[in-house]
Amino acid sequence: MSIGHTLLGLLEKGPRHGYDLKRAYDERFGQDRPLHYGQVYTTLSRLLRNGLVEEAGVEAGDGPERKRYAITGAGVTDVEHWLGTPEKPEPYLQNTLYAKVVLALLSGRSADDVLDVQRAAHLAAMRELTKRKASGDLADQLICDHALFHLEADLRWLELTAARLGQLKTAVTR
Amino acid sequence: MNDGGFTRGPGPVDGPGPVKVLLEAVDLHKAFGPTPALDGAGLSVRAGEVVAVMGPSGSGKSTLLHCMAGILTPDKGTVRYRDVELSAMGDGQRSELRRTEFGFVFQFGQLVPELSCLENVALPLRLGSVKRKEAESRAREWLERLEVSDVADKRPGETSGGQGQRVAVARALVTGPRVVFADEPTGALDSLNGERVMQLLVTAAKETNAAVVLVTHEPRVAAYSDREVVVRDGRSREMEPVT
Repeated sequence: MSIGHTLLGLLEKGPRHGYDLKRAYDERFGQDRPLHYGQVYTTLSRLLRNGLVEEAGVEAGDGPERKRYAITGAGVTDVEHWLGTPEKPEPYLQNTLYAKVVLALLSGRSADDVLDVQRAAHLAAMRELTKRKASGDLADQLICDHALFHLEADLRWLELTAARLGQLKTAVTR
Repeated sequence: MNDGGFTRGPGPVDGPGPVKVLLEAVDLHKAFGPTPALDGAGLSVRAGEVVAVMGPSGSGKSTLLHCMAGILTPDKGTVRYRDVELSAMGDGQRSELRRTEFGFVFQFGQLVPELSCLENVALPLRLGSVKRKEAESRAREWLERLEVSDVADKRPGETSGGQGQRVAVARALVTGPRVVFADEPTGALDSLNGERVMQLLVTAAKETNAAVVLVTHEPRVAAYSDREVVVRDGRSREMEPVT
């Protein structure tokens, strides 16, 4: 999953400092794998270097001073592009797809669009495999079937998510 | 039968220049009681293409298919086959259109149980006044093409689900339809039989340049299509093929 894009997506709601971003990420997407602080700061400095975020003041506190980061116009364009681009269809994409759907809902974009372009990419991959199967020998057919069943599982998840977008929107924007 | 020379009429359609559109639904609305089933859905189908109609249960997929096939009349919007609006036709003309230009495959229950499989396939021809011998000879060819010659003399109840569905496909194609409407055609079959039915249906449709409108909720069945349209809350979105 692209941590950079996910952090950018989370910054669209407003500037945050690194610790706050880590918490927001872990709460929404880090069920199995919370982010390490190191990852957050390395990612932020890369985003800063590429002009996708900028520093937005320093928050004074009891401890060390904490820099706040804000997304730039180029950062918003980058998130937009990421959300609109389907993932390469391969098994076990649900983490990335889930993050894209949630971020689309949080930012008021169309989550249906995210799911539709992904469905189209998955079906295109499945069409290719179906054609290969038709002209292949039994071994080819079985190998293609394996890939087809995995892609189908993703698509079924996608359809279920599409049917539950209303519920999900209520849950994530609560 | 002439399937050329039909150019796209006005409507929200994609791509530049004239494109051969065979069947086109524009801004269809249809309600059953207070519940809207279609709320502005549309779809353009070109000759020889297989279009999968996908979407959640209750989204309006089957209603869209039934309106496009002239089985249901939309409350608003138009369905045009070649240059003729379906709503401008009388009931008799629409029945004639369905019998001669369209073919239908449903999930199950479409074969007449009292007739043999051969008679079932010959039936649409017989209804069109083709002589029995000629009708049965053509029916036999289609049974052979669908690899079910061996059930010709059996009744549908004596065949397996996969065989019965192939007979149904043969019956849908025997009249040389320009559009085949298939509503969950493999819904009652196991994977292997379902795939074989899809292979045979799509191959036969491509060979005869018939278009297929395929309603399905199964991604592996939709993968036999050239492109998909997604129906959601009675509205449709035509997706461009991904290359």
